[in-house]
Amino acid sequence: MTVQYSELIQPERVHGSLYTNPEIFAEELRRIWYRTWVCVGHVSEIAHPGDYVRKQVATQDIIMTRSSDGEVNLLLNRCAHRGNLVCEDQRGNSSSFRCPYHGWTYRNTGEMLGYPYNQGYGGKGKLNLNLGRVPRVDTYQGFVFASFAEEGPSLREHLGAAAGELDRLARLSPEGEIELTAGWLRHRAKANWKLLVENETDGYHPQFVHGSVFTVTGSHIGTLYSDKSTAVTRDLGNGHSENDLRSEFRRMGKPMTWFGTTEDRFPDYVAKMRALHGDKAEDILIEGAPHVMVFPNLFIAEISVFMINPLAVNETVQSVTAVQLKGAPEMNRRLVSQCIGSVGPAGMLLADDTEMYERNQRGVEARRPEWLDIRRGVHRERIDENGFKVGAANDETGMRGFWSHYRTLMEQEETK
Amino acid sequence: MSSVAAEDTALDLREVEAFVYREARLADEHDYDGWEALWTDDAVYWVPAGGPDIDPVKQVSVVYDNRSRIRTRIRQLKTGKRYAQSPPSNMRRVVSNIEVVGVEGADTVAEANFVLVEHRERGTVLWAGRTTYRLRRTEDGIRLAYKKVVLVNSADALPTMAFLI
Repeated sequence: MTVQYSELIQPERVHGSLYTNPEIFAEELRRIWYRTWVCVGHVSEIAHPGDYVRKQVATQDIIMTRSSDGEVNLLLNRCAHRGNLVCEDQRGNSSSFRCPYHGWTYRNTGEMLGYPYNQGYGGKGKLNLNLGRVPRVDTYQGFVFASFAEEGPSLREHLGAAAGELDRLARLSPEGEIELTAGWLRHRAKANWKLLVENETDGYHPQFVHGSVFTVTGSHIGTLYSDKSTAVTRDLGNGHSENDLRSEFRRMGKPMTWFGTTEDRFPDYVAKMRALHGDKAEDILIEGAPHVMVFPNLFIAEISVFMINPLAVNETVQSVTAVQLKGAPEMNRRLVSQCIGSVGPAGMLLADDTEMYERNQRGVEARRPEWLDIRRGVHRERIDENGFKVGAANDETGMRGFWSHYRTLMEQEETK
Repeated sequence: MSSVAAEDTALDLREVEAFVYREARLADEHDYDGWEALWTDDAVYWVPAGGPDIDPVKQVSVVYDNRSRIRTRIRQLKTGKRYAQSPPSNMRRVVSNIEVVGVEGADTVAEANFVLVEHRERGTVLWAGRTTYRLRRTEDGIRLAYKKVVLVNSADALPTMAFLI
């Protein structure tokens, strides 16, 4: 039976089966994960020619390589002969991959190099069987995105207004570039991927789920999402959303407050930024990093970068690393330290978020009531000066934006 | 055994065992105050991710706590609203293959294997790995200066690990 998404996704509520039905998950793989642009990594992870790292797009095992021409390649980790994995190591440097099963070899662009005992195929160069390649690969601010669709919107079209948030992150580096070179914490959740995505810009939960750590550390984060906060939740279109906290940081008016610190702790960094940006440096140092969810799987929470990867209808892996600002070594040490304290399996924030995802997954299995409510702040939503829907800091504007785009993709005619 | 002084302060295997078993029991039983009191002021509590030999200053770890962050972690657990441990996991660990591997300054360095079964409503998780301890004799008794836990699956995706490992 065909799923009627217009019935399951309504303006102010969504149906529980969206999180539990394996048929819907299978359809999501085809219509979202193997079609739209999905973030797989960052160019800094493969800085030199020959570098490679293993990645995943949903259940697909991908090798991200940098070939001698400097290009980024996304190859499927599957020998063209019998389907064995051609790459076992998580990372390394090699210009080619050799399948251990029968010794077939491939360049790190995916192109076939050779096969042993070639007389069995009538000699050398008779086969033209390459590793599978992700049809479209593109980068933005160094983030590498994959699309399994041969045709469709460009990455720039897909990112739309979210591109500006990635720019805002890169701008925090004195060299205008971020790097993701601190390795990854991979955190497994027994929950549907959409529960993670919806939570990322849910400004309603921090005071409750994270009250424990805010209390013991005296953190001001909770107040950024309180009823008195001037921060907003913005639907950036195409399923992207953000918690825009800039108005609160401007109100506090001090450089580096966004990072929970003061400028005297990072004199070199602050001086470099002022030399580079002149009068604009104060805004940059006060407003700080974005808190943005890029549909469907890239989440930037100020100092941490997350990539969400679904494995099954009720299983998701969230990988996370610390933002590293090129040209700011003293900032980078604190970024790693803060990231470790906050995120990953033992993180003082994310362990509790993940507990909520998992309890939520068990909850939505319940037969009554069938719906999840997403109406918070509908009555006070407005259109901002750039034409985007905005709600209060703790409104569900981001979720509604996500579901609107999700429904569009799930109802679209399937293309190649 | 680099000097006479080191030999004077070094712990023997029996002392190491007694300490390690007590530390394990306090962690298993969520005796947060008792566990926190075991640490020295220069403590390092480290669970690397992605492999055993990463640089914890430049690479992300599952846990990399100094004494101050251990205190924060314990205080968070004690709020009762650390939901990933509220209700707390039921767990028991077996620590074995204990070896004293050397002396560093005033500290005795020991290593051991462990297997830990964790159960909570989400399900049962089997944790295992090798732990390095640095133990120090102080006026208040033996204290823990360093604990590094290398999980056998440190390079894989892990479930939530909000308890004391």
